[in-house]
Amino acid sequence: MARDSDLDVAYVARLARLNLTKAETELFQKQLGDVLKYVEKLRELNVSGVEAAAHGVPIFNVFREDAPRDWFTAEEALSNAPRQTDGLFIVPKVVE
Amino acid sequence: MKYVAAVGLEVHVQLKTRSKMFCACPVEFGAEPNTHTCPVCLGLPGALPVMNHEALRMTVLTGLMLGCDIAPICKFDRKNYFYPDMPKNYQISQYDMPLCTNGSVSLHDLAYPKDAQKNIVTPDKEVHLVRIHLEEDVAKSFHFENSTGIDFNRAGTPLMEIVTQPEINSPEEAFAFLTSLKQILIYGGVSDAEMEKGQLRCDCNISVRPEKQAGLGVKIEIKNMNSISGVRRALAYEIQRQISALETGEKLEQETRGWDDAAGETFLMRTKEFAHDYRYFPDPDLVPVTTEVLLADVRSRVPELPKAKRARFVQQYQVSAYDAGVLANDLVLARYFEAAAKGAKKPKNVANWILNDLQNALSGAGKTISDCPIPPEALDELVNLIDSGKISGKQGKEVFAEMFATGKRAAAIVKEKGIKQLSDLSAIEALCDEVISANPKAAADFKAGNVAPLNFLKGQVMKLSKGKANPQLAGEILERKLKS
Repeated sequence: MARDSDLDVAYVARLARLNLTKAETELFQKQLGDVLKYVEKLRELNVSGVEAAAHGVPIFNVFREDAPRDWFTAEEALSNAPRQTDGLFIVPKVVE
Repeated sequence: MKYVAAVGLEVHVQLKTRSKMFCACPVEFGAEPNTHTCPVCLGLPGALPVMNHEALRMTVLTGLMLGCDIAPICKFDRKNYFYPDMPKNYQISQYDMPLCTNGSVSLHDLAYPKDAQKNIVTPDKEVHLVRIHLEEDVAKSFHFENSTGIDFNRAGTPLMEIVTQPEINSPEEAFAFLTSLKQILIYGGVSDAEMEKGQLRCDCNISVRPEKQAGLGVKIEIKNMNSISGVRRALAYEIQRQISALETGEKLEQETRGWDDAAGETFLMRTKEFAHDYRYFPDPDLVPVTTEVLLADVRSRVPELPKAKRARFVQQYQVSAYDAGVLANDLVLARYFEAAAKGAKKPKNVANWILNDLQNALSGAGKTISDCPIPPEALDELVNLIDSGKISGKQGKEVFAEMFATGKRAAAIVKEKGIKQLSDLSAIEALCDEVISANPKAAADFKAGNVAPLNFLKGQVMKLSKGKANPQLAGEILERKLKS
């Protein structure tokens, strides 16, 4: 069974930069906990004969050849930018 | 107390593909900002990535060159974080199933900084790798006074991350590792690895511990080093800083630091309390990759590596191990040498001309071997003119200077200037007779057993012939005449 400690909504919210109130945190903790419990049902299935997969569909190697093409002009690329200068997207100052 | 340093490197290498990793935008350094973008590399909603076949091949090729194990199957994952250089809020990378694991890079003597080549602690040291994975590069940020500007041309460029074991024990070894690795990448044609263009970037993980302590000390990371000599300087500073801290009883904490090359010191960027949690998970937009076909594609592309080339140069052309090392250090130089040495009677002399006169002339003119005005076969011609005695070594230098300045061929210059070496025996004999009779005292001294006057007499013959006599022949004839 899923345990409460499997999900720390407050921590995940912090990682996702979401400001949740205490009430919201409690509500989502319960709701998402229920979702986890529901998905737990999968554990009842016997998968001992099933090979582990990294993807849902058995398809491999979908590639494109290394041929360049143009798409956006700088004007098009920047057309949704709230701020721009000299062809650059301008964002609030960030530090590394 | 004696301390030891353990350094591990994370080296990011931009692959030399024509298009990006997950979209077909061109990869071009120095283009106008934001002129190579599309919905995929701008992270627009709904855009789907498709893998660049050649980038996967190049990574497998790198793995083969470095003796890695190539995973039979690998996949791509999302590394989640918020930063404006990555607008979809995750970087596509590889987490638990990278393309390559293990492998190593061996550190050749000449890969060390020049001033450290005489004091190599562990000759031919092998630095082992943990893994190589493939990911996408992020956009380039420009930090202004009050804002940050973003250029997405670089976003999505195929980027290999090569991670070493913490087996590097000095700044000089780190320098040699990066130099050796860079050479191999260039040999394989997978990257130009120019650090000033950001094609090779490096994070360093450094820890220091008392010599007798078994486990590693506290790991401190220096981010985003962009020159090999900068890495050396930063490590020298940081290792000393950590030792000093331990000596004064300070407790080191895990942290991330930056390197200020101008100030020559590292500075604190963030401490562990802000450590990232990237919440990796498999990227559902990309299917897994099997490497069998990739391996088959690139096996024939594995080049002769620097180590093998050095050995072959010594064996095939009888050049010294040192000269072979210098030639093989630079693939373009090595190719030039082979092209010039192909028709040479004495390839060793070709190597000498390249490593001395040609290199000096190039550096004097601010050129590199790639834009050398003398084609390799022209240098071979010149060396053959000298080796066959048609012109003297001294005349050769004159002809060389003219070739370098004008691009003319040696034979044309020799003809034009009337340069030739007098190798006609009877003509030299006549000159020798003249010199001996004009200098009876020197001749008598030599006959009396004093060897020194022979050089003086030879000089007189050269002078008389206006430098055209073959000096070796002149010496032989003089000696024979005086001894008879």
